Amino acid sequence: MKTSDNRDQALQLANVSRRSFLKGIAASGALVLAVSWDPATAESEPRKYGADYMAHGWVDNPNIFIRVARDGQVTIINHRGEMGQGIRTSLVMVMADEMGADWQQVHVEQAIANEEKYGNQDTDGSRSMRHWFEPLRRAGAAARTMLEQAAANQWQVPVSECRTDVHAVVHTPSQRTLSFGSLAAAAAELPVPARQSLTLKTPDQWRYIMRTSNQPLAIDGMDINQGKALYAADMRVDNMLYAVIARPPSYGSRVKNVDASKALAIAGVVKVLELPSVTQPSGFEPLGGVAVLAEHTWAAIQGRNALRIEWDDSPAGDNAHYDSEAFRASLESKATQPGKPVRQVGDFSQAQRDSAQHLTATYYAPHLAQAPMEPMAALVSIQGDHAEVWSSVQNPQATRDGVAKRLGLKASNVTVNCALMGGAFGRKAKPDFVFEAADLSKAMGGRPVRVQWTREDDLHHSFYHTVALQHMEGTLDHNGQVSGWLHRILAPSISSQFAPDSGHLSDRELTQGIRNMPFDIPAIQQETGEALGHVRIGWFRSVYNIPHAFAIQSFVAELANAAGQDHKAFLLELLGPDRQIDPRTQGENWNYSEDPSRYPIDIKRYKNVIERVTQEADWGKTMPPNRGLGLAVHHSFVSYCAIVMDVEVTPTGDVIVHQADIAFDCGPQINPDRVRAQMEGACVMGIGIALMTEITAKNGRVQQDNFHQYLIPRINQVPRTIRVHAVNSDLDVPLGGAGEPGLPPVAPALCNAIFAASGKRIRSLPVADQLKS
Amino acid sequence: MISVTINGQPQELEVSPETPILWVLRDFLALTGTRFGCGMGLCGACTVHLDGTAIRSCVTPISVAAGKNITSIESIENDSVGQRVQQAWMDEAVAQCGYCQGGQIMSAVSLLTTTPQPTDEQIDNAMSGNLCRCGTYPRIRKAIHRAAGTESLSTHTNGSQVQANDTLFREVKV
Ligand code: FES
Ligand code: FES
Repeated sequence: MKTSDNRDQALQLANVSRRSFLKGIAASGALVLAVSWDPATAESEPRKYGADYMAHGWVDNPNIFIRVARDGQVTIINHRGEMGQGIRTSLVMVMADEMGADWQQVHVEQAIANEEKYGNQDTDGSRSMRHWFEPLRRAGAAARTMLEQAAANQWQVPVSECRTDVHAVVHTPSQRTLSFGSLAAAAAELPVPARQSLTLKTPDQWRYIMRTSNQPLAIDGMDINQGKALYAADMRVDNMLYAVIARPPSYGSRVKNVDASKALAIAGVVKVLELPSVTQPSGFEPLGGVAVLAEHTWAAIQGRNALRIEWDDSPAGDNAHYDSEAFRASLESKATQPGKPVRQVGDFSQAQRDSAQHLTATYYAPHLAQAPMEPMAALVSIQGDHAEVWSSVQNPQATRDGVAKRLGLKASNVTVNCALMGGAFGRKAKPDFVFEAADLSKAMGGRPVRVQWTREDDLHHSFYHTVALQHMEGTLDHNGQVSGWLHRILAPSISSQFAPDSGHLSDRELTQGIRNMPFDIPAIQQETGEALGHVRIGWFRSVYNIPHAFAIQSFVAELANAAGQDHKAFLLELLGPDRQIDPRTQGENWNYSEDPSRYPIDIKRYKNVIERVTQEADWGKTMPPNRGLGLAVHHSFVSYCAIVMDVEVTPTGDVIVHQADIAFDCGPQINPDRVRAQMEGACVMGIGIALMTEITAKNGRVQQDNFHQYLIPRINQVPRTIRVHAVNSDLDVPLGGAGEPGLPPVAPALCNAIFAASGKRIRSLPVADQLKS
Repeated sequence: MISVTINGQPQELEVSPETPILWVLRDFLALTGTRFGCGMGLCGACTVHLDGTAIRSCVTPISVAAGKNITSIESIENDSVGQRVQQAWMDEAVAQCGYCQGGQIMSAVSLLTTTPQPTDEQIDNAMSGNLCRCGTYPRIRKAIHRAAGTESLSTHTNGSQVQANDTLFREVKV
C-alpha cells in the first residue's frame, strides 16, 4: 500500500521473499508462450502447482496493488483481464474486504502488461480467482495491518488495541477513530509486514466476500449501461489510421496479385499494404493479406470491398481443399480402426466376449468460433524505440513480448494498455490482431494504426474450436452393469498450431474429460485416432471438455437405456463408491495445473451435484407428452457441474427448452452472483452448441459469414427459467474454476432430454433440423 | 452537409451520405457507446433511436437521419424510461462483458415506451434482434419486468438458490 503521490517509495518496500521467488522463475520467463500450451515444459524442475506453476507466479505485496490517497480514496489495481466474468469487481472486492475499505471509496485501475511486477496475467483456464484469492487476500490484510500500525503509532498505543472498521481504524478501548485517508501517509512509511505475521479476517468479518446479499455493485456496471465503458475499438489517438484487412481465405494461402486502384479511389482511403503470409504452424502470427488504411472505419471497409485480389492457394496445401463434411466422413471411416492407446484398464475384448449387450455409437461435434460480441480490435503506435498498444487481450504479457519481438524493441519499451474485452471465450488469448496493428504501424513509420476486424473476419479467421469424432463402445454384463468401455477420439489438436501436426490429441487435451474420467468400470480402453488440422485450431471456452462431455454423458444415457435403468441411478452406480482418486493413478498428470493431493477427483462431489440438481428439477416426475428431462454431469477446471434440462420436442421437430437446473460446486464462491452469471451464460452458450451453432468449411473456405449463418441463441430461444443451485463445499475445499465448467454438460443434458421427450438420439451436433424429418 | 440532431445537439456533418450512422457516431463524433457487432443488422449492438424508434445504425445511412433526432445510449439517461431501465439493469446485475448492453438497453427503452407493461412474448419479440454472446438473456428479461414494475408477470423464477447460511462460514485454509 502506498500514498498515491509517492510511487517510488513503494518500490523500495518490495517484499524480499517475493524477490527471491522471482529470481527462481526468471530463467523460464522466455517460455511464456510455450507454457500456455505445452504440458512438457520444465519437466526437469521440481513440480510446481497452481499459481506457482504459472509464468511469473503470484505477487501479494500490497504496494503493488493498493494505494490510499490522503482524501481516503482507495485505488486498487486489477491485473487480470476483464472479459465479462466480473474479475475487476471480484478480485478488487477481495482486497477491499480484507483491508476494510468501503466499496464506495474504491477505485479500480487496470494494470498494463507487466508480469514481472504483478505476477501472472494470462487470463484463461478459469484461474483468476482460484490462483489469486489467497495472494490478494494477503495483500489486503497487509494493507490493513499497516494502517492499524500507523494508527497505533499515532495514538501511541499497542497495535493489539486497534482494529479496522469500515474505512477507518478504531482504538477499541477509547473508541477513537482515524480514517484511512488520514493514516495513508504514515502507513506508507511502514515496512510491509511479513507474510507469516498477517492475521487474515475470519469469514464472519467479511462484508463482501462470499456474501449473497450486500454484493458490491459491479465496478463497470453503470459505465456499461451508459455507454461509457471502453473497449479496444473505442481507443483513439491523434493522427490515427483505421485499418481493415483482407486475409487469405484458406489457412496458409497468400496473395498472388492485388489491384488496389478502386480501393485507393475511395474517399478516405489512405494506403493499401500487402502483408507477409504465414508458414505453418503459425502460432499467434497474423495470417497476412492486404490491409486498407483509411481515415475512418467505413472508408476502410469500403476500400477492402473494392480490392481485387487473386490468391495463391498452393502454399496452403490440403487446407485449400478443406471440406468439413468430407473430413467428417474420413474420420468416420478411420474411427472403426484401432487407435493409439491412451489408457487401458482390464481387457475390453474380454469384456466384450463376456457381455450380455454390446453398444456402439459415434458422436460428432463440429468446429465452433468463439465469436465474442466485440470483434477484435487493436491500436498500436510506435515512437522511436517505444511502442504503445491499446487492446483487449486475455494474455497481455504474450502480447507485449510478441510486439517487442517483431518490432525489435525491448519488452520493457512496449506498453500494453488493457481495455475491457467485449467477450473473449479464448479467442483473445491469441494476440494475432495486435501483431497486425504493430506491423502496420511500423510500415507507416510508427503512425498509430487501429486494426478493426469485422464479424466476417472473425468467423472466417478464428482459431476454431476443434472438430471431434468419437467412437464409443460399451458392454453390459448379465446384471446390466457396465463391464467395458471403449472411447476413441479423432480430433485435431491445438498443438498443431505450434508444432508439426502429430494428428493426435496432446496429453493435456486428453485430460479434459478422458484420462480423468471417473467411472468405476472393470475394462476401460481409451484411444486417439489421427485427425489433422486444416484450419487454425485454438482454445474455446472449456476447450476439449465440450466434445468429451458430449460423447461420454450421452453414451452413459444410451447404456442406461439399454440396461433398462433410470439414468440417474445408473450414473451414480457408474461413479462407484465415494472416493478421492489421485488423477496420476489414471495417467492424468496435468490436473489443470493443480496439486493432485489438494484437488483429487472427488466422487462424493460428483454425486452431490447430481443429487442436488435432480432434487431441484424433481427428477422422475411425470412429464407432459413430448416433454422430457435430461441429465449430465462433468468435472472440469477442478469444479463439478450437473445439469438437468427440461425440453419439449414439438410434433414438427422444434426443440423448446423450458427450464435448466444447474448444480455447481466450485468450492467456496467468492462472488456468488458472478459465479451464477457464469453458469447462466454457459447454459445459454451451451444451448447454442447443442441446437444451432456450427462452423463448416468447403473448398478451403469457412462457409459462415455473419450471424445469419453462424447461429447463436437469441432471447426467445433460451429458457425463461435458468436456475443455478450452489452446492457449497466446506470452506476448506480449495477454490475451483467458474468461467468454463458450466459449459460442457449443457449439450449432453439437452440431448438426453430430447431423447426422453422424443425417443430420438442426437449423436451429431448441432441438432439443427435433425428432428424435422 | 447533413443536418442532424444527435443527443439534443444540432450537428452539421460533412460525411458522405451513405455512411452508416454507426460509423458517424463512432469515428466522427467519438460517441463510442454505440457498438459494432455485425454490420448487417443481425445483432443489435448498434441500436440507436431515430425520432424515438429503435433502428440498427450499422445499416442505416446518415442521409436517412437528415432533419431528424438521433438518440444514442450516451443520452438515454435523460429519458425517464431510459433512466429506469439503466437502474433495473444495475439492480439485476445484467451486464457481463457489457458489449451488447447499450443496444439491449436502447431496444428495451423503445419497447417500454410503446408497451409499458410487456408480456414475456412481447419481450421476446422486441428483444430477439439483440444478441448477447455472454448469455445474459434471463437477466435482461427480469430487468425489463423490473423496470416495468411487472415482476409478478414474469414467468422467470429466481435464478439462484444458495443453501449456506450467509453469515456462518468456516475459515478458509490458506
Ligand atoms: S452491428 Fe448493427 S445490428 Fe449488428
Ligand atoms: S454482456 Fe457480453 S455480449 Fe452481452
